[in-house]
Amino acid sequence: MDIFFEFFSLQDPNIRYVLAGTILLGLSAGALGCFAILRRRALVGDAVAHAILPGVCLAFIVAGGKDPFMLILGAFVFGLLSMVTMDFISRNSRIAPDASIGMVLSVFFGLGVVLLTIIQSTGHIDQSGLDDFLFGQAAAMVGQDVMVFGGLSLLILLITILTFKELKLISFDPNFAQSIGYPVKRMEFLLALLMVLTITAGIQAVGVVLMASMLIIPAAAARYWTDSLRVMLLIAAGVGAFSGITGSFISYTAPAMPTGPWMVVSTALIFFLSFLLAPGRGEIARHIQKKRLSYRVACENILKTLYAMEEEDGRADRVRTWQELRKRRHLSRGRMRKVVSTLLKKNLIAFYAGTPDGYVLTNDGRKMAKRLVRVHRLWEKYLNQHLQIAEDHVHEDAESMEHLITSEIEAELRRSLGSPELDPHLSKIPYDSDEDTKTKKGDSRP
Amino acid sequence: MDNVDQKQAALTGKGRPAVPASSHNPPIEVHDLTVAYDQKPVLWDIDFELPGGSLTAIVGPNGAGKSTLVKAIMGLIPSSSGYTLINGKPLDKQRKNVAYVPQRESVDWDFPISVMDVVLMGRYPHLRLFQRPSRHDREVTMNALREMGMDEYHKRQISQLSGGQQQRVFLARALAQDASIYIMDEPLAGVDAATEDVIFQKMKELQSQNKTVVVVHHDLQSVPDNFNWVMLLNLRMIACGPVSSTFTDENLQKTYGGRLNILSQMIEQSRKQRFVRESDA
Repeated sequence: MDIFFEFFSLQDPNIRYVLAGTILLGLSAGALGCFAILRRRALVGDAVAHAILPGVCLAFIVAGGKDPFMLILGAFVFGLLSMVTMDFISRNSRIAPDASIGMVLSVFFGLGVVLLTIIQSTGHIDQSGLDDFLFGQAAAMVGQDVMVFGGLSLLILLITILTFKELKLISFDPNFAQSIGYPVKRMEFLLALLMVLTITAGIQAVGVVLMASMLIIPAAAARYWTDSLRVMLLIAAGVGAFSGITGSFISYTAPAMPTGPWMVVSTALIFFLSFLLAPGRGEIARHIQKKRLSYRVACENILKTLYAMEEEDGRADRVRTWQELRKRRHLSRGRMRKVVSTLLKKNLIAFYAGTPDGYVLTNDGRKMAKRLVRVHRLWEKYLNQHLQIAEDHVHEDAESMEHLITSEIEAELRRSLGSPELDPHLSKIPYDSDEDTKTKKGDSRP
Repeated sequence: MDNVDQKQAALTGKGRPAVPASSHNPPIEVHDLTVAYDQKPVLWDIDFELPGGSLTAIVGPNGAGKSTLVKAIMGLIPSSSGYTLINGKPLDKQRKNVAYVPQRESVDWDFPISVMDVVLMGRYPHLRLFQRPSRHDREVTMNALREMGMDEYHKRQISQLSGGQQQRVFLARALAQDASIYIMDEPLAGVDAATEDVIFQKMKELQSQNKTVVVVHHDLQSVPDNFNWVMLLNLRMIACGPVSSTFTDENLQKTYGGRLNILSQMIEQSRKQRFVRESDA
């Protein structure tokens, strides 16, 4: 706990530098990463990040040691060079873009490792801190580094905010953007430039190997929580900043721990939580949705079964026993009990004690069941008549479609078929005599 | 006066092909346009003019180059030769006046953006770079949505829309642009019956406002009832003119029949041999 307060009291100027640097980096990488993943350019980011290593090494050689300005220049030049190379290869050869990305990534990175080894073996150059650029070491940041790298992040963030409207347009619909005379090529170049700059800004804190994940993961996590690009950018920037804080804190408490990998691990954790918990898109929400649908289908099937029994013997007043229902619908005892009690509660069926005990459809229940049977048979008719599917092949499909057909689709089916009397199996299609379903639209689903 | 006659001819699709009055430039003229993908020519020497207030269907078999033609007119893909004039001027001076509706499949409908935001993009040509849309722009946008029957959906995320609704959103964006020429790429592909009615009606309405509408279309049956001008295309232009005199069995036979075999064989041949015209080399 002590170390927690020690860290967040920000007494130590070194902590302030590191935090400022990583937070700014997280903010800008998160925000810009949204455009990278929405434009499906995430892998390009990874390639560029790896490809700046030779630039970093050359900066060490030229400056004879670590110099933030030279580093940025070297990284920027090689980042841009790698992008131009990828573009050139896919434009002028039959090699697919993914292959050209892979080639550029490994060749540039390989060249970087070669230069790294050369520097380490000559010994003429002050190589302190050079290794940090592979996996990042924010703790090594001093005041000047923060000014330079943090300033760069801030600049990227500012440009992203200013050009938000334009970046949104070219990311969503570049054809339309070009048709109204937007400088799409130049905007795309600006976006590429910003991406290279973001990666460059991250080499000290996160390192070239892992930097791409700071672009990709916060944005991917943010996508789970919102359908608005603006909010997505805010969340991704927040996730990035949070990971900056976590990474810095952990590498402060355990000085041997590198910052970059911990930043990546903490974004990955947030991604995983988003993947599970996000409302709507998250796995748990989707699972619940699926369960609900299958429960509704089970309820509707019981109603339909009761209706079918009525149709067979023409007696709506007769109770149907538990055993009769179970014979027709293969549900477990427990599930059947739950389904029946739901239907009772919704007043769609009624229970009569007597000899024997049993269930009947209420008027509301019958109306719903009738609708299900109606859309089932209309769908069979449609498949048979319009898609020329044989009579003995249409039932299975209708069994699932009957639960999904909306009242609009029902109306369309009736219009295109002309409200036929009989389905392909020559069963009568039940219509409501007074047509009042039109106003109710069968929304009272269990 | 001449103008009225011309419009009359265009509307009824009868009489002589409307030759534009000398003082008036046609809204769209295309001269000797040739487009090649990867050295394979996909459009040969296209040459036509469309009169003001015409409602034109571009029809032709799959792979005839219909979409390519409108993309080349919009400058979205480079052409090997030829040029296009809009109202007698180069396109770049007229972009505001041309509303382009791309194919629905050309964008990612899972993109995190609302219906309103998509349609607002139609106002971008009226805004400077970095300028934010004003209240007036929002009003125009809502009106456009209303005209397409989509105003209720303005807050929806676009992935929640049906195919027909997505197409209406694209059309609303074009309406919000408030242009005089509308170029639509397959706006009726895969839409429901209700949307089809809305779109056809909207096209006629635009035409009655003397706007020029060009539509890449796939359904030959609906051409005579809904268009007054037609272009038949199959790698080259077979015919272009009023529906009554152009949409004939003979022309359709030329467009859809097997007569292009030699031309398509030659195209295949030139692709295999990596043939480059001396003038292009």
